[in-house]
Amino acid sequence: MSTKPLATTRSVMGLPTGRLAVWWVVASEIVIFGGILGSYVMFRLSHDSWAEQAAVTNTLAGAFNTFVLLTSSLTAVLAHQAAERGDGPRAARLLHFTVLGGLTFLIVKAFEWTYEISHGYTIGSNLFWSFYYVAAGLHGLHVIVGMIIMLFVARTAKRNEELHRVENIGIYWHFVDLVWIFLFPLLYIAK
Amino acid sequence: MPYWYLQQASTFAGDVDNLVLLITVIVGFWFLAAEFIFFWLIWRFRARDGHKAAYVAGETKREKRWVSYPHYAVLAFDILILIFALRVWNDIKISAPPAEERIRVIAQQWAWTFVHAGPDGVLDTADDIRTVDDMHVELDKTYHFELHSRDVVHSFSVPVFRLKQDAVPGRAILGWFRPTRTGEFDIQCAEICGIGHGLMPARLIVRTPEEHRAWMAEASGMASATAGTGLVARVEGEGQ
Amino acid sequence: MSAHAASHAEHGHHEQGFVRKYLLSTDHKVIGLQYLFTGMLMALIGGFTVYVFRMQLAFPGEEVPLWGRVTAAQYNALVTTHGSVMIFWVAMPVLIAAFGNFLIPLMLGCDDMVFPRLNRLSYQLFLLSALILIASFFVPGGPFGGAWTAYPPLSADPAYNATPWGATLWLIAVALEFVAFLLGGINFITTAMNSRAPGMKMFDVPIVIWMIVLASLVFMASVGPLIAGAIMLLFDQRFGTGFFNPATGGDPVLWQHLFWFFGHPEVYVVLLPALGIVAEVMTTFSRKKLFAYRTVIFTAIATSIISFFVWAHHQFVAGIDPRMAGLFTVTTLIISVPIAEMMFIYIATLYGGSIRFTTPMLWALAFIAEFLIGGVTGIYLGAAGSDVYFHDTYFVLAHFHYTFFPIAFIATFAGLTYWFPKMFGRMMDERLGKIHFWGTIIAFNVIFIPLFLTGAGGDHRRIFDYSLFPELAGLQGLRVLATIGLLVLIAFQPIFIYNFINSMFRGKVAGANPWRANTLEWAAPSPPPHGNFPEMPVVYRGPYEYSVEGRDEDYWPQHVPPDDPKRPAEQVA
Repeated sequence: MSTKPLATTRSVMGLPTGRLAVWWVVASEIVIFGGILGSYVMFRLSHDSWAEQAAVTNTLAGAFNTFVLLTSSLTAVLAHQAAERGDGPRAARLLHFTVLGGLTFLIVKAFEWTYEISHGYTIGSNLFWSFYYVAAGLHGLHVIVGMIIMLFVARTAKRNEELHRVENIGIYWHFVDLVWIFLFPLLYIAK
Repeated sequence: MPYWYLQQASTFAGDVDNLVLLITVIVGFWFLAAEFIFFWLIWRFRARDGHKAAYVAGETKREKRWVSYPHYAVLAFDILILIFALRVWNDIKISAPPAEERIRVIAQQWAWTFVHAGPDGVLDTADDIRTVDDMHVELDKTYHFELHSRDVVHSFSVPVFRLKQDAVPGRAILGWFRPTRTGEFDIQCAEICGIGHGLMPARLIVRTPEEHRAWMAEASGMASATAGTGLVARVEGEGQ
Repeated sequence: MSAHAASHAEHGHHEQGFVRKYLLSTDHKVIGLQYLFTGMLMALIGGFTVYVFRMQLAFPGEEVPLWGRVTAAQYNALVTTHGSVMIFWVAMPVLIAAFGNFLIPLMLGCDDMVFPRLNRLSYQLFLLSALILIASFFVPGGPFGGAWTAYPPLSADPAYNATPWGATLWLIAVALEFVAFLLGGINFITTAMNSRAPGMKMFDVPIVIWMIVLASLVFMASVGPLIAGAIMLLFDQRFGTGFFNPATGGDPVLWQHLFWFFGHPEVYVVLLPALGIVAEVMTTFSRKKLFAYRTVIFTAIATSIISFFVWAHHQFVAGIDPRMAGLFTVTTLIISVPIAEMMFIYIATLYGGSIRFTTPMLWALAFIAEFLIGGVTGIYLGAAGSDVYFHDTYFVLAHFHYTFFPIAFIATFAGLTYWFPKMFGRMMDERLGKIHFWGTIIAFNVIFIPLFLTGAGGDHRRIFDYSLFPELAGLQGLRVLATIGLLVLIAFQPIFIYNFINSMFRGKVAGANPWRANTLEWAAPSPPPHGNFPEMPVVYRGPYEYSVEGRDEDYWPQHVPPDDPKRPAEQVA
């Protein structure tokens, strides 16, 4: 076992260091996604022709995925509440539901992309699709990473250990959710 | 100080040089003052036996005066420079006098193609003269140029005009100049564009109206471009 | 795994294997030195590249010793490598990661960073990015040659750049370096916010720590859009997208915006730590409090904020709307005000001082003198009307070397010669230090003053042979002079390397506080053991209480309790 340095246990500002770290990660990611989405918006405004490409995206699937992610954020919040009460096993269970939500999201996305690619809407076929795949793909990558971390946190939480991590991974998950909340209207609704 | 090295050959070249001079006077003053005070303080307050340093926090208004007054002065001088700089910029890039003739400049890896209006004075007519790597213009005539690129970002730079404009593929970028001096001058590419970036020099030739007409007569007698200082001959192609 | 054995940081005998102790350590001091040595090695690459291409410029077409004849393609690769390496793999790791890692826990009075394993990961990613860049030297087509600015379409399409592998590897190396520094930033900021010693209030924190933390914040806020852009460029290179390709509706100028939105704050990311180092050295060796400490912090914050609004001054002639250029001229000239103020404050700190001309102090003073040149020449470039002429000439290059060289080298030498005793427990040789100083400084000016002139005379950047431009023929003498300056500069660096390595093993043993300074790192042993302080310090005052009236000693370390005003902190060397 590693012993933590004194530095880790001090908290002059009153903020737990783990949470501070997650907010830092979230802040960096906001600027990254902000860059991609900002560029997308600028292009979209000057390319009316993209509307006919955007018409192809499956709004129903997107809406369903939005619902799935929001629900998974709910289970993440409930997991945090359980962790606060010291109920590790319950928190772990709820985290597993969140992971399930993420998995559902990815499966739906897989179906969407399979359909779109097989009909010729590939990453290089039009600049709209380039943005679509890159932005949603980057988001999907963050979903996968979040799921993996969440599984590790759940495993430890089940033993009632490191319960503060439940909140931290929850913050990250909410951010991933938030990015989707921006992606959904930009890619699926603005037609 | 560009005029130490290069002639002024356009109507706004002198304005640019004057702006450079103004900036030089102002920043030169600040620079020399700051360095002088800096070195004087180093000498004056070098460590000497028996002398202890003073305890100066610099937090009172009285002490901060020494820093805040100069920095307001810097702001004032900045505004002065700003006014002149914006005026020069506006003259070169924003408000152009009406065109007496148009000329098209096409950059590519790694050569320049120039499409001159030809004897009828109108661009995109049958008597246009295309050249590679040399640009022929007339003294005291206001030209509007249309800048293109066939591939990557290049930049059309004419130091004696004090003119520069990037050529971006997919765009036709407009600018203007009015030559004030005859002669032959360099044209450089001012944006790295690949292996041949340093291998695409071009020449600008400014002639008097009579000489220019003579050149046009001679040049339009030929079917394809003469290669001036061009290193690579390019086949006729359409512009963008 | 954390190492527990107390031992000297870099050399000597130890109970743990070499790998556990040095390569896999999570100790912030070891990691800091890893960044330092990696940065110094990369500086050799950066220095070699400039040697080769300046020899080509001085003697066009001739065989360059240790290289051969320089082709046009090689020239572009050399200047690209020089710029990229010096900024991303020398200046940033040394100023931020090396000094930041080494100093932050020590100056704050704690035992390590808040996330030691993340710290180790940051270094490993950084090292990987350096290795990927070096790998790009050996791939078919050679390393990327599109300049550190990598404008598309040149950088996006191998048909244009002829370096299909080099371009992608360069991009991946840069992106990985960004990730490494994002991860590093979390440690710096969290540790600075949360792990200060008891009694250390915000305004008792040494300036260099403030500056490194601020730099990390600026970096984080500015790099995001460029990471997005890098992903887009990578996809353009490899996966057939056309984000920056006009033929598919893309826009090359978008890259420029994304790049410079980061690129301009980036220069302040490296400037702020350098200013911090200079402040620490200047206060110690003038025995004076930093003038207007709080104003320095507010000015640094103001500069950082304004730096986000000036980026398009790199794009005045790039095809942006010319009216936008006017706006950016305004913001760019405005940013000169807080920077000028900082210069004035530093100069004012000297007033009433008792200045000792040790090697670190010489470097710190040289920073001010040289950076002033960089600062004032920026005005010519920030004013759009004159930038039309100076853009892409050697004037720009001389300007940014008068800012970057002080930042990356002068401030680094100041910091290294100052904290060497703390890092290695020994003193560097003063005489060699001064010889190195004078040789470097004089040679530096001999290189770049001529380049202001060649730039004003019309020499454009990234041109490998000026003999094709008749109007520029008269400038060859200045080009040769600059190259001679460079050769002299290079010739003096082995003195530093020798001094550094020799002193590590054979320098005079240093005590804890050989400079009689106030900040907390001098309360730890030299070098500090794992865990840093035998007893965690408590802080009673600010970091610059030098020459306090009524006291015998002209320094008053932060951790000395107030009821014993006449007893100095530690043994003095």
